[in-house]
Formats: sequence, structure tokens, C-alpha cells
Amino acid sequence: MWFHSIGLLLRGVRVTFDLFLLQLFTGVALGAIYVLVALGLSLIFGLLTIVNFAHSQFFMLGAYVGAFIMGFVGNFWLALVGVPIVVGLIGMVCERFLIRPLYGRGIDYPLLLTFGLGLIILEIVRMLAGTAGIPFGTPPSLSGAVDLGVFFFPKYRLFLIGITAVILVGLWLFLERTSYGLIIRAGARDQEIVQILGIDVSKVWLVVFGVGIALAGLAGLLAAPIRGVFPEMGVPVLVEAFVVTVVGGMGSLFGAVVAGLLVGITVSFTSFYFPQMATLSMFLLMALVLIFRPRGLFGRAGLLD
Amino acid sequence: MLKIEQLNAWYGRSHILQGVNLKVEAGEVVCMIGRNGAGKTTTLRSVMGLVGRIDGQVLFDGHDISKEPVHRRFAYGLAYVPEERRIVPGLSVQENLRLGLVGSTNRTREAEMIDRIAETFPRLRERLSQSADTMSGGEQQMLAIARAMVSEPKLIMLDEPSEGIMPVLIDEMFELFNRMKADGITILLVEQNVERALSLADRAYIMDQGLIVHEDTAAALLADTEIQERYCAV
Ligand SMILES: Nc1ncnc2c1ncn2[C@@H]1O[C@H](COP(=O)(O)OP(=O)(O)OP(=O)(O)O)[C@@H](O)[C@H]1O
Ligand SMILES: [Mg+2]
Repeated sequence: MWFHSIGLLLRGVRVTFDLFLLQLFTGVALGAIYVLVALGLSLIFGLLTIVNFAHSQFFMLGAYVGAFIMGFVGNFWLALVGVPIVVGLIGMVCERFLIRPLYGRGIDYPLLLTFGLGLIILEIVRMLAGTAGIPFGTPPSLSGAVDLGVFFFPKYRLFLIGITAVILVGLWLFLERTSYGLIIRAGARDQEIVQILGIDVSKVWLVVFGVGIALAGLAGLLAAPIRGVFPEMGVPVLVEAFVVTVVGGMGSLFGAVVAGLLVGITVSFTSFYFPQMATLSMFLLMALVLIFRPRGLFGRAGLLD
Repeated sequence: MLKIEQLNAWYGRSHILQGVNLKVEAGEVVCMIGRNGAGKTTTLRSVMGLVGRIDGQVLFDGHDISKEPVHRRFAYGLAYVPEERRIVPGLSVQENLRLGLVGSTNRTREAEMIDRIAETFPRLRERLSQSADTMSGGEQQMLAIARAMVSEPKLIMLDEPSEGIMPVLIDEMFELFNRMKADGITILLVEQNVERALSLADRAYIMDQGLIVHEDTAAALLADTEIQERYCAV
């Protein structure tokens, strides 16, 4: 009889292990969105020392621009290319004409400005597209599930993980292998020396802001089939991105990636095992990290001093 | 090459430079000495465009650059090695050198320029892939100078390059300056190491409390211990 119970036990373990893996994958997919949002936020903060409070509204804008492109041409892949370009350009216009005049005036001016900018974007979207929200289905080629051997996993979420990985590799190559990336890495440490060496930093800031905003817009589009498209869809994102950046360490790109995944996985597990704790869990994680590492997991000393 | 006329500079409300006049001819090595807080660094930073509020004229190579942004002054051929080395941590030696090229027209000849600079700075050649912040203070200073040199500037301003560096490396550094001088590179040097600086330079200025108080050939100043004592004794 005993071997029978061991067999049952093993099967039980196996089932929970499959479930564990499934939750882990779900968490990584959820975290992928966090990573994209937090990367942009961190990139902007690391170079421009601006806490961009409008970030979550650019996220929402990305979803709307995506829905608009889809409504026009009905092609998700075109939206995937178009959204970061359009939203990124809007971001660059905002940097050039609204934020740039505030450089060198202390951290609170751009903070208030981006806060107001976020509200303006929200109201404009409400006026143009209505308050109700619009439907956004999973693109047909990405709906359904794939058999990963141990479990079936939604195709779209797998795509989310894949595209985030591609973007991360691309961003890494850009930062590590190009002259522009070299300037950005140096500028994050010491702006003045970069200027002394003949680089017009205002151009660099413009591009960095554009790239950060493009990432937020792309994240909004990618989240649309999961979260739906409505004017307030950015509201929780600001909180989530804030938690991720604090856990990862303000301004650290590597931290944004690790913390994004960590928060995604934490939320995924708690919403499965203790659903009522799901939202709270990320704050608990943040508190825990801050107790042991006040600057976050990969935060650099002195960034905010 | 460089001509400063009636230069005034402020930090907030304090009026630091109060009408500085100074010039550097092409091919000259000019040195600026004076006590701590005299305004030497402020002068160099004003020339580079790094001081918020200035007044007066800064002529460089025939252009009035006093209203130009920092990166344009670099484009005119002005290089500046700040007081606190400013090696970018996290970047390798080679990346720091590349950083000196990306804003310059020499960027298309990157490999050639880095080879050439590595010949002048043998210490750096062995450490190209090393992280720059793991080097000694003197090596970092050498790197800062090399980084300013790769763009082949017309004038290089050095702010207390020998500060906090061990004696062996100071010797090496002044040998390097002598070679630069022989190559016809124009240098504006700020130094606390008065004797060494005066032995190298053609002319010298003494600065005190935001003003140039004395100006002479370096040789004459080197002989004049009374003046040296009056303005440079700490
Ligand atoms: N960022 C700043 N803000 C306010 N005051 C400053 C600043 N930098 C320098 N000062 C003041 O300006 C004066 C000139 O300083 P500066 O650094 O130019 O002197 P220095 O001749 O280079 O001295 P040292 O030999 O110590 O380097 C000093 O009185 C200093 O206190
Ligand atoms: Mg000084």
C-alpha cells in the first residue's frame, strides 16, 4: 500500500510543480510589461534626473494609438512598429518644448510639469475617444494556447515574453556597442564631462526621452489585449512602475529588468495562492527590499543626493 | 590663440572673477599660479563655458566664444581637463578614450587615434580593456589628459594635473608636458607645483582674489622668490 501513497504523493508534487511553472511563466509575462514601462522610466531618470509622472499616460496613449492604427489598417504588426514611433515622437515634442526649458531648475519643476502633462494627455484622450474605453482583441495569429510540454500557455503571453527579450537585447546592443550608447552611459554618470568632450547633451536627452516614452507606448499596446483599452488604464501602471523602479534602484536599467520580473512573479503567485493579497504583495516586496537595501537592489549611491 | 578680456564671473551672488585679462599665443605654454581659492579653476571653467554667469570677452582663435555652448567651444579646438580627473566610472580605458573622440571630427579615425595615443601613454596601452576606475590616481589623470588629446585640440587647459599624485608619476607627467611643448601644443596650465610649472612654461600669471596681480616670463618669476612667497605661500 505504501508505494501507492508515494505514487499519489509524487503525482501531487508533479501537479504542483506544473502549476508552479505555469505561475512562474504567467509572472514573467506580466513582468515583461512592468520591465518595459520601468526601463523607460529608469532611462529618463538616470540621464535627465526627471521622475516622469506622465509615463503611465504615455502607456495609455500607446494603447489608443495602437487601437487607432488597428482600426485603420487592421494589422497588429503595423501597430507594433507604428506605436513606438508615433508615441516616441510625441514624447520628443514634449521634451523639446515643455521639459527642456526647466533643466537646471531643480527636480521639482519637471516633476510638477510631467504631472500636469499626464492629466492633459488623459483629458485629451477622454475628449477624443470617449470615457468608455474601446475593445481590443488579441490578434488572431496570437490567440489560443501553445503546448509547452508540461502545460498549455497562452500564445499571446509567450509572444509578450519573446518581444520583451528582443527589445532588451536590442537596447543592450545599442547601449554597449554604439557611440550613442557610450555617450548615454557616460552621461548618466557625469554630464559635464560629456559636454566638455564636445557632445551636445540636449540632443542626447531628446533622444533618450523619446526612447523611454516609445517603450512606455509599446508597453501600452502590448498590454491592451490583456488589460483592455480605457482612459484610466495607466493609473495602476504608474504605481506598479514606481514600485518596480524603487525595488530595482532608481536609474538602474539592469535593476528595472530584474525588479520588473520579480514583481511580476510575486503578483502572479499571490494572485493564485492568496488572491486578496495580490496588489498588496508588491508593496510588501518593496518594503522588504527597502529594509535591506534602502537604494533598491541595484541602485547607485548618491544618485539623488 | 586665447585672449580673455575683462572677465567677470559669479557663483550665485559672490563675484569671483573681477576683471581678468590673460592671453595665450599659439605654441605657448602659459601657467597660472596662485593661492587656494584665488579663482584659477573659475577662470578655466569660464573659458570652457561651465560657469553660469559671466561677463567680458573670451576670444579663441579669432572667435568670440563667450556666448557659445560648451560643446561648440570644444569644436573650435578647446580642451579642458578638470581638477577632479573625471574619469567615467564603469567605462573601460578604451571607452573613455573613445568618449574623447565621439564629439570630434577625429571620430572617423578612431583606431588610428587610439593607437597613436597609446604610443604616447604606454601605461594606458597595457590597460585598454581595464575598467578605468580601478587604475591609480596618476594613471587616471594620464587617461584624462589622453582623452582630451585624442581630438587633437588647438589649446589644452589643465587644472592642477599633479594634485594628489605620487612623485614618480609627477615626473612622468612633466616629461610628457615637455614633449607636448616640443610638439608645439599650446597649453594653459594651472599648478600648485610652482617650481616645476615655471620651469616648463614660457610665461606665467599670478592670480589673487579674482584678479591677475602679476605677469611675467616664467624664467623671471622662477628667479623672483619674493613674489613667489607673497602670492603662492600657503
Ligand atoms: N561652485 C561654487 N559655488 C560657490 N562658490 C564657489 C564655487 N566654486 C568655487 N567657489 C568659490 O570661488 C572662489 C574661487 O574658487 P576657485 O575654485 O576658482 O579657486 P582656485 O584658484 O581654483 O583654488 P584651488 O587652488 O583651491 O583649486 C573660492 O572662494 C571658492 O570658494
Ligand atoms: Mg582650483
